[in-house]
Parts: sequence; structure tokens; C-alpha cells
Amino acid sequence: MAKITYIEHDGTEHAIDVKNGLSVMEGAVKNNIPGIDADCGGACACATCHVYVKDEWLEKTGVRSAMEESMLDFAEGVQDNSRLSCQIKVSDELDGLIVTMPESQH
Amino acid sequence: MSQAKVVIVGAGHAGGTAAALLRQYGHEGPIALIGDEPIAPYQRPPLSKAWLKGEADADSLALKPTEFYAEADIDFRPGATATAIDRAARTVTLSDGSVLPYDHLILATGARAIALPIEGKDLDGILFLRTAAHAEALKAAVGPGKKLAVVGGGYIGLEVAASGRALGADVVVLEREPRILARVACQALSDFFTGYHEKHGVTFELGASVTGFVGEAGKVTGVKLADGRTIACDAVVVGVGAHPNDELAKDAGLECARGVVVDLDARSVTDPAVFAIGDVAHRPMPIYDRMFRMESVPNALEQAKQAASAIAGRPRPAGECPWQWSDQFDLKLQIAGYAFDVDEILIRGDPATAKFAVFHLKGDLVQSVEAINAPPEFMMGKTLILGRKPVNKAKLADPSVSMKEVAA
Repeated sequence: MAKITYIEHDGTEHAIDVKNGLSVMEGAVKNNIPGIDADCGGACACATCHVYVKDEWLEKTGVRSAMEESMLDFAEGVQDNSRLSCQIKVSDELDGLIVTMPESQH
Repeated sequence: MSQAKVVIVGAGHAGGTAAALLRQYGHEGPIALIGDEPIAPYQRPPLSKAWLKGEADADSLALKPTEFYAEADIDFRPGATATAIDRAARTVTLSDGSVLPYDHLILATGARAIALPIEGKDLDGILFLRTAAHAEALKAAVGPGKKLAVVGGGYIGLEVAASGRALGADVVVLEREPRILARVACQALSDFFTGYHEKHGVTFELGASVTGFVGEAGKVTGVKLADGRTIACDAVVVGVGAHPNDELAKDAGLECARGVVVDLDARSVTDPAVFAIGDVAHRPMPIYDRMFRMESVPNALEQAKQAASAIAGRPRPAGECPWQWSDQFDLKLQIAGYAFDVDEILIRGDPATAKFAVFHLKGDLVQSVEAINAPPEFMMGKTLILGRKPVNKAKLADPSVSMKEVAA
């Protein structure tokens, strides 16, 4: 279990307990948090679950896979700390994680 | 905030998403969600892939946790069917006799798998793949040493074939046309998928007309072909297309054309109080200047957004480029757009590397792209299709020119 704080583009915060094994994307979608569309349900096929990971969490959330890297390259508003949240698996290690959302998911 | 009553008939990906979005968009009125399956809305795509291979469980399939519906004050009614709509009285009658009044009705009744009306069709072991219950039956039927016959070489059939092989089953795909994916893909893509599946041990019978099923003790043991042969098997999966569940709408006098005819807000052209979304909707697609029906999750989500936005008084979502995906073995196929009015097919990259894209062009406009393990081609392809911007074909055909430069 990890407490994850999702911050919408307008600053609205949602702090949610997410079960281990789920993805950061699933934590948002299953709790009906706006701002993460996740059209493909986690197949790394759509880049509509784009988030920015707070810098201090970058190491613990791991590195982008080649497919993720390639998809992100074409998403809007990509930064060094951009990730596809469907590709980050939740574990106790991520307790306290903070992610913010881009203005839109395309 | 509006206290309008919303009734959603159909609790699949489209209906479930519409209910959740209405709450996300601040709709405060009552929402009833009517589903004919016994479980809460779930994702269907993994049924032929991750779920079948045991890599996903029921919880991860669910769109939302079961308790979400009560918490969000959504009156979710599983195992219920809508039997009639009274448009004058604005009510929906359910199979249990209850009558639900509505201000807005959303039809999200989906599509059903087409059955083959042939000898032996009711034998045990003849399966479809549309619902979680179907997938349970299929999972029980595949495994090491089992022989699986797949009728229909479309995307569902190919995904089942790939998952069946991963589970150790012998798989034969029976396709009526001379090539697989004949309705939906070009020759080059058909050839590529045929070769890739064969390399992974799938057998194909092309131009094979299925005339019946044979069985013993009520259980299927073989598929009969028009050429007289019988293909032995332990189970059959029939994946020959789907038919929209638009009978409820037709009976209520709503205009249908193999699907409920709707406008850009997903609103019925016959009755402004009724919306239709997902597989059951026949909808306009401005980038192609035509109307058609789509069966895909992105379409279900997009139309759920359109209907929920219209009901909640939000602006209509920006026009989208339709897309879909398929995973088979280690291949990720991403398709953007539809190949309408195509006069040229351009292949970027080498299919032998299992990393390439097929662009379908109308003049110098990209109509659709099929990208195999090629996300840049897919992502930029979507932008090109939506933007309706002429493309430089020489650059597009040259993989050494980046997709960003092609689209610049």
C-alpha cells in the first residue's frame, strides 16, 4: 500500500491509498480522479496517462522502457520528469509519491 | 447543478465510463446504470490477451472497484435488461418490471458476437469472446496439448490464437477469405501477421469455408470445411464479427442504420433526450466527412465524454482521430484512422524487422496508419490524420527522415 498524491493541472490535490501491484494510472482511474484518461487501460498504447513525477521520486519510480520513451516523445508538454503512469507499479517503496498532471492528455 | 435524471442502458466500457464521467463533471442528479451481465463494468480488451494468459485478475479488469458505484451514488443494477423505452412518457421498463423515469437516456447496449447458423452450432465447446463469462469458458478450454480452432482471421481471432499458443495449445485459424484481416488491413499487413503467427506455431487454413461442427456426446470435436475435410479440435472460438444491439432503439422508433444514428454530441437525431454511445452508435466522423459505426474502446470513451459533456453542460470535446490497438505475441499494433477512399499504400520501414508502418493515403492526405512496434509513426500519424495536412510522400517513405520532420 502506498499513499499517492495526484495533483490536477489546476492544483486540486487527491491523496489516495493505492494497493501494491496496481499501476499509478490504475490508482487514479479506479478512484475516478480527473486528468488521467488512460484510454488503452495500461497497454502502453496511447500516452493518455502522462504525469510529471516529483523530482525526489524519479529514482524510485524507475526508468522508462523503450516503448514508453517512444510514446512519450510525441506527447504534449513532455519534460524530463514525464512518465506514463501505467508503467509505474505501486509498492511500499512509493509511499508518499507525488505526481502532477499535464494540462491535457493527447 | 442539474438534478436531471439519467438512465444508462448498458454497463460496458461506454456505459460505465459515462456514469463515472457524469459524476466527475459535477452532475448531481440521479444516475441509474443498467447492465445485463452479473458484474460491474470492466475492460474487455484484456480478455483475449493479459487476462486469458493469467496476467490480469478480475480486480484489475474492473473499470472501478465495486464499491465505487454506491459511493458515487450511482444506482448500478447488474443482471437487468431494458425491455422497452416509452419516449413520450420518458421511461425505461426493465426485465424485472420496474419502470425508470429519465430526463436523459444513454443507450450503451454494445454489440453481440455473430453466431454461425450452421450444423452443430449449439455443441458445447463452441465459444465466443465478448464477455468475461465467454473468457472464463475459453480459459478452461485452452492449455498444453489442447487443440483450438479459431473461426475468423480478424483481430479477435488472431489475439486468441497468440494467447492460445502462449498457453501451449495447438491453434488453427480458419479464414473464409484468401487472406487473414481481409476486411480491415492491406495485403502487406495480412502477409506479415500470417508469417509471424506461423513462426509461432499457428496453422492457417485460408479460403476455408466452415460448413458445420461435429461432436461427440454433445461436445464439439471438429470443424467441417466445404472441401470435405474435418479439422479436429477440443474447442472452437468463433470470431466473425459483431452485430449492434440496436433493437431496443428501433422498437422505440429511433432512427437506426446498423446502429443508432447520432450527432456530434452522441445525441439521437430522432429524440434529443436520447444518446447512444460506443459499439451501438452510428456516428459522424468529420475528418472523413461521413458516418459509420466503430467497435473500439477509444470510441466508447470518446462518445461517453461527448454524452456526459452534453448532459453536464460542458463544451463538446475536441474532434478526435479514431484509433485502436492489438497485442499479439511481442507485437504491438496501433491503428490510427480508417482507410476510406484510399488510392495509395505506402510502407515505411521493413516488415522483416517487425518494426514498420503502413500508411493509407488519399492523394497526399493520410487516411489511416497501421503501426507495428512503431509508436512514432502511430503518434504522428494520428496528428496528420486529424490535421488533414498534406504530407510529403518522399519523406514519409524514408525511415531515415524522422516522423517529426515528416509532420513539420
